[in-house]
Amino acid sequence: MSTLEIKDLHVSVKTEDGPKEILKGVTLTIADGETHAIMGPNGSGKSTLAYSIAGHPKYTVTGGTVTLDGDDVLAMSVDERARAGLFLAMQYPVEVPGVSVSNFLRTAKTAIDGEAPKLRHWVKDVNKALQDLNLDPTFGQRSVNEGFSGGEKKRHEIAQLELLNPKIAVLDETDSGLDIDALKIVSEGVNRFRAQEGKGVLLITHYTRILRYITPDQVHVFVDGKIADQGGPELADQLEAEGYDKYLTKTTV
Amino acid sequence: MTVTDTARESVESMLETKRTESHLNPPPSYDLADHPAPTGREEIWRFTPLKRLRGILDGEASEAKLTWETSLPEGVTLTEISAAEAAEIGELAPNDRPSALAVANAGGALLLDVPADLELDEPVWLRLHGDSVDDLVWGHLVIRIGRFSKATVVLEHTGSARYSATTSVLVGDGANANVLTLQDWDDDAVHLGRDAILVGRDASVRHTAISFGGDLVRMHANVEYAGPGGQAELLGLYFADEGQHIEHRIFADHNEPRTKSNVIYKGALQGQGAHTVWIGNVLIRKVAEGIETYEENRNLVLTEGCHADSVPNLEIETGEIEGAGHASATARFDDEQLFYLQARGISEAESRRLVVHGFFNDLIRKVGVPELEEKLMATVEEELSKNVLRPAEDAS
Ligand SMILES: Nc1ncnc2c1ncn2[C@@H]1O[C@H](COP(=O)(O)OP(=O)(O)O)[C@@H](O)[C@H]1O
Ligand SMILES: [Mg+2]
Repeated sequence: MSTLEIKDLHVSVKTEDGPKEILKGVTLTIADGETHAIMGPNGSGKSTLAYSIAGHPKYTVTGGTVTLDGDDVLAMSVDERARAGLFLAMQYPVEVPGVSVSNFLRTAKTAIDGEAPKLRHWVKDVNKALQDLNLDPTFGQRSVNEGFSGGEKKRHEIAQLELLNPKIAVLDETDSGLDIDALKIVSEGVNRFRAQEGKGVLLITHYTRILRYITPDQVHVFVDGKIADQGGPELADQLEAEGYDKYLTKTTV
Repeated sequence: MTVTDTARESVESMLETKRTESHLNPPPSYDLADHPAPTGREEIWRFTPLKRLRGILDGEASEAKLTWETSLPEGVTLTEISAAEAAEIGELAPNDRPSALAVANAGGALLLDVPADLELDEPVWLRLHGDSVDDLVWGHLVIRIGRFSKATVVLEHTGSARYSATTSVLVGDGANANVLTLQDWDDDAVHLGRDAILVGRDASVRHTAISFGGDLVRMHANVEYAGPGGQAELLGLYFADEGQHIEHRIFADHNEPRTKSNVIYKGALQGQGAHTVWIGNVLIRKVAEGIETYEENRNLVLTEGCHADSVPNLEIETGEIEGAGHASATARFDDEQLFYLQARGISEAESRRLVVHGFFNDLIRKVGVPELEEKLMATVEEELSKNVLRPAEDAS
């Protein structure tokens, strides 16, 4: 069982002219085993939502709650959230020079499980995860995200998702910048993850094309820090045809 | 992790300057009159807290010695010679007061000789140990790496002393030398070291300075060339703690054509009053056509209250060069890196540890002394445990 519940979440960032509110009351529940898509124009606050769930220090929660299976996520440190079962695939994965992918993966796995993985199984698992995402076996020796192509960064994020196997995955524009082959490979990875019992996915995207491979249970339209509309997968088709214009004009009036 | 980043510098704009004498380093001389006691305002002394040299610059005679424990592979000899013989052999004359005092006061030199054509498969290891900072010790060493030979020499400094030493590394034509000096002193030691390297025709040299311990450590690594085609790689790794002053001064003098120098120094700082200085002087003389040089210094500031000075200097007298560049950056922990690691469940302390190890890793691998790699990793770990790993934020 895993349920992520976000209630009336307000988040601001520090700016030169004082705090600026970006999330203006977001309410959303990902019930056991569900996949939710969040779609919205650039700058609408999608990454802010993802980062706030993960606990990035840049964002200040000024109101609302986030719970995972009833536990107060906002009271946890960043690493505690990850160990509680939250995973964020980042829109812009960060380079960590001199730290090899294999060392990074092993350290993360050890932290999440609370014990070091059994070496023989682990090597096999890592090789399989890399292979499944069409990443070269020598990938493990490279420094984390350093000199990776855009596609390699995203596929590496999904390899981590599969290896760390959290309860809830928040995927922030994992599809952007991918060609169609990479998009399929990444989608297959996400689908393998959510085929397991009770895994939740919050799929943040700007475009509808990834939804051809990953069918969401619900679609939320995100505009100006709030959910402006929601519905089933058919809402994505409507957005594909009509774009975000009708929501945007509504907010500027 | 960049706070300031001087990108690879375009050289074109500097080509107009015509200088005959380098202003970067004073000319070498045995004569103490050429190296008067500094006031602290001189370009070469302005970063060094002179008081903490504890009288070394007064140049008192002293009988005190460091204890030497050596392991010399077959064919390698270590013998006592006179100062006059050291000069005759062709050592590089002192270029500052402490090195001139060392020659004047050491009462003779040691000559480490690796004969021509000998290829060593184990390092020459020289372990130097001092008993007390009350001892003022003068050191004078010549390392001669014969032509077409291949050798690794490790100089390890431990314990404590006020130690001023001048070392010349004379690398024969076509030879391949790897020289490493490790400053692993106790907290109160003072060490002024001048290593000067003469690179033979088509020879290649790697020199690595590693400084962890001591109250004040100031090391020169100078390189010049005896003929065309020589290559020098100057590496450095340092870790300054609370109150420590660690200074590295590099001078690559491209006095021959088609020579190369590649300089990479990396340092970390932690604790109140930790101070590091890196001066990277490169001179490309008029005759030095077709040379290549690149120098880089990176500092990672781990806590408040530290200060890193980093000054690259490129002086160019010829337009006919293959490439010249430098980079210098001093940065704090990158919040985004730490967030990324923590978002994978890794604790804050462990994340910091990974980032610092990552910072040093590529350099440690370059050192090329497998026996030392593990020790260096362990030393980085030990340094980290003093500070970065200490806060009890390691959850679970
Ligand atoms: N540090 C900041 N200072 C000011 N505005 C910011 C800052 N960070 C983000 N924003 C603003 O917050 C809004 C939401 O950004 P983001 O969450 O990245 O949107 P999305 O992911 O939907 O493109 C944008 O208008 C952006 O300009
Ligand atoms: Mg975004």
